[in-house]
Amino acid sequence: MSEKELGQKWDRCLADCAVKFGTGLGLGIVFSVVFFKRRTWPIVFGTGLGLGMAYSNCQNDLRSRYVLHSKYFSFEQK
Amino acid sequence: MLRVCWKGAHAAARQCVCGKVKAHPLQHCRRYTTAGDSGSSAGKIVAASLLTVGGGLSGTILYAKWDPKFRANIEKSVPYSDQLFEMALGPPPPPLVPLQKKPGKIEPLQISSLSEASKESKQPKAKAKKSDPAPVEAPPAVEEAPAPTPQTLEEASAEAAHIISAIGEVPSVPAPGTSDESPPGHTAAGEERKDHHEPALKERPAEEVSARLAQQDKAEQDALAALTAGLEESLGSSAKTTLQAIGAQEAVLTAIATHANKLREAMDSQTPPDEKSTQWKALNEALSDRTRAMEEAEEALLKAKGELEILRGVINSAKQSKIDSARPQILAAEENLHSMIVDLDKVVTKVQTAQTEAKIVSQYSELVNEAKAQFQQELANITPEIQANWKGLSGKLSADDLNSLIAHAHRRIDQLNRELAEQRVREQIHIEAALEQQKLEDQKALERAVTSALEHRREDMRLEQEKKVQEVREVMEAEMRTQLRRQAAAHTDHLRDVLKVQEQELREEAQEILNSKMMEQETHYRRLTQEQLDTFTLDMNAAYARLKGIEEAIDSHVIAEEEARKAHQLWLSVEALNYTLKSAGADSPTEPLEGAVGVIKENCAENEFAQALASALPEESLSRGIYGEASLRARFYDIRRLARRVALIDETRNSLYQYFLSYLQSILLFEREQVVPPAKLASEDLDTFRLLAYATYSIERGDLELAAKFVNQLRGESQRVAQDWLKEARLTLETKQVISLLSAYANAVGLGTTQAP
Repeated sequence: MSEKELGQKWDRCLADCAVKFGTGLGLGIVFSVVFFKRRTWPIVFGTGLGLGMAYSNCQNDLRSRYVLHSKYFSFEQK
Repeated sequence: MLRVCWKGAHAAARQCVCGKVKAHPLQHCRRYTTAGDSGSSAGKIVAASLLTVGGGLSGTILYAKWDPKFRANIEKSVPYSDQLFEMALGPPPPPLVPLQKKPGKIEPLQISSLSEASKESKQPKAKAKKSDPAPVEAPPAVEEAPAPTPQTLEEASAEAAHIISAIGEVPSVPAPGTSDESPPGHTAAGEERKDHHEPALKERPAEEVSARLAQQDKAEQDALAALTAGLEESLGSSAKTTLQAIGAQEAVLTAIATHANKLREAMDSQTPPDEKSTQWKALNEALSDRTRAMEEAEEALLKAKGELEILRGVINSAKQSKIDSARPQILAAEENLHSMIVDLDKVVTKVQTAQTEAKIVSQYSELVNEAKAQFQQELANITPEIQANWKGLSGKLSADDLNSLIAHAHRRIDQLNRELAEQRVREQIHIEAALEQQKLEDQKALERAVTSALEHRREDMRLEQEKKVQEVREVMEAEMRTQLRRQAAAHTDHLRDVLKVQEQELREEAQEILNSKMMEQETHYRRLTQEQLDTFTLDMNAAYARLKGIEEAIDSHVIAEEEARKAHQLWLSVEALNYTLKSAGADSPTEPLEGAVGVIKENCAENEFAQALASALPEESLSRGIYGEASLRARFYDIRRLARRVALIDETRNSLYQYFLSYLQSILLFEREQVVPPAKLASEDLDTFRLLAYATYSIERGDLELAAKFVNQLRGESQRVAQDWLKEARLTLETKQVISLLSAYANAVGLGTTQAP
């Protein structure tokens, strides 16, 4: 159903957000631990990165219907 | 304290009262007085008004009593016043009716002879009473009491004309016979008509009249017969007695004559003495005869006179009885009477003359006797010894006696001579005296004779006149009869002509009528037959048509039954389809409608409409089924919530931030859940929230279609969200529409085919 679509989208969005957040957080923690001497900025960065990606994905997902898809056609004049 | 209070209260009250008493009594008084005054004045007013009204009423009644016109006026104008008047005055006087002229004594018609007409005092004025059919009756005519003068002949003829014309008017009644006619012997002046009874004013029927006439005729005849018989009888008897009387008188005459003769003879002392005694005897006999004859004659005369009186009486009565036909007889009787009287008179005069003569003779004889007696006495004186009867003494007489006798005779002769001389001297005087006497006597006799002759002449003339009158009457009567006959003939001719003409006319009329009636009848008959034919044809046609109709009806009935069966089946299948719709669960769709639709399609294989409809069902409904309205309704609320949330999102705005804003908007926006949708959508109504409100309202009211319409107007993300619901709704609506159409169609078909019980 069309009305479930949005819900589904929001579910995906949230799921993605959670994943991305976690992943970002993890990576950030890893990076911060590994590379950046336990600084917080890579955690935040990584979390932010992850949230950002999730946001963008969510937005894209929600926008997906309105995005115009185009195709390239090569026109050969015969 | 109570008492004080009481007292105080009393005082107060009293004061009050007193305070008011002054006013009250005054008021009261005033009131009383005013009441009194008003009472008295009111009483006065009442009395005055009563008086006026009563006076007016009584005045009206009195005046009405006096003037009936006024009363009539009032009765007309004021209702119920007539009752009042009746109560007071009695019934109203009857309106004056113009007095009808008393119809004069209706004198009946009479066909009387002219003499009758002339004799009758006043003939019936038949013309005057044309309106009432004058009763033509024969019975005694009405005659006026005073004896008027007889009418002139013209009047009489006019009367006769009247009578004839009146008779012409009343042909049915037979003309009465000339029954009632007064005897002609009496003039009008001489007789007084008696007032007979008033004739009946109404016409008697013809039979009665004829019966009466017959009766009268019979009576007349009887009377006539009786009269004639009586007359004849009396005539006969009187004639007999008269003859007897005449005979007696004649006998008397002869007796007187003989007696006179005898006497004369006896006086003539020339017969021998011995016959003298016989003579004297004969004389005596003759005398006795004469006396006897005279007595007889007297008797006979008396009887005759009596008989004649009787006859006269009878004649008078006959005349009184007024029977015309007896008139000649009466006339004859009268003539006879007259002649008898004349004869009697003659004879009586003869007898009287004879008597006078005889008297003379007897006087002479007496004188002679006297002389003789004287002579005898002288003789006796002279010759005393001679006795009476000296006749037989002629031989016994002595000379002295003779001488004395002769001397006496001589003396006597001398005396007689002297007397004679004296007589001669006195002759003239005597003769004159005698002549005078004779003249006187003659005159007397003449007078008597003249009177008697006059009487006789008069009688004769009267009789002659009567005879002449009778003759004239008869002539006139005959003439009148002829005229009448002529008139009657003319009348009959005229009548015949008229009748002929009338007969012709009537015949023609009758023929015409007959013809017309025949025509009518014929046309009627023709019309009837035509009608019959027409009706028969009509009936036949009608019957045939009905038969045809019945056949068609039966066929169509069969068809209809077929149709009905099909419709029934269709209806049943549609009902089945409808039932399948109900199988929709809360969230699950119905069963696929394929089966039911297949059944429908089977059932209405010939019905294009149904087929079209059945195929118009959307595929989804067939395969998958449709959602019920309730589920759609429930779903709608989800849609609504969602749509509200993404109300801001459309192609241009679709970032996540917009989403957030949209969510915020939906949370913060307060509005009514349901808003009555307007009839027309304006541009501001195209707002999501508004639309959703309308849709909510509609769907709450069960109007899925309207809700779908409103949801259709959503744009952007809301639209995308509601898409599926819309689709489902569309599906449901479509299917429902088709099914409702099918159902309506099935119902209609079923209604069309079902027959009312």
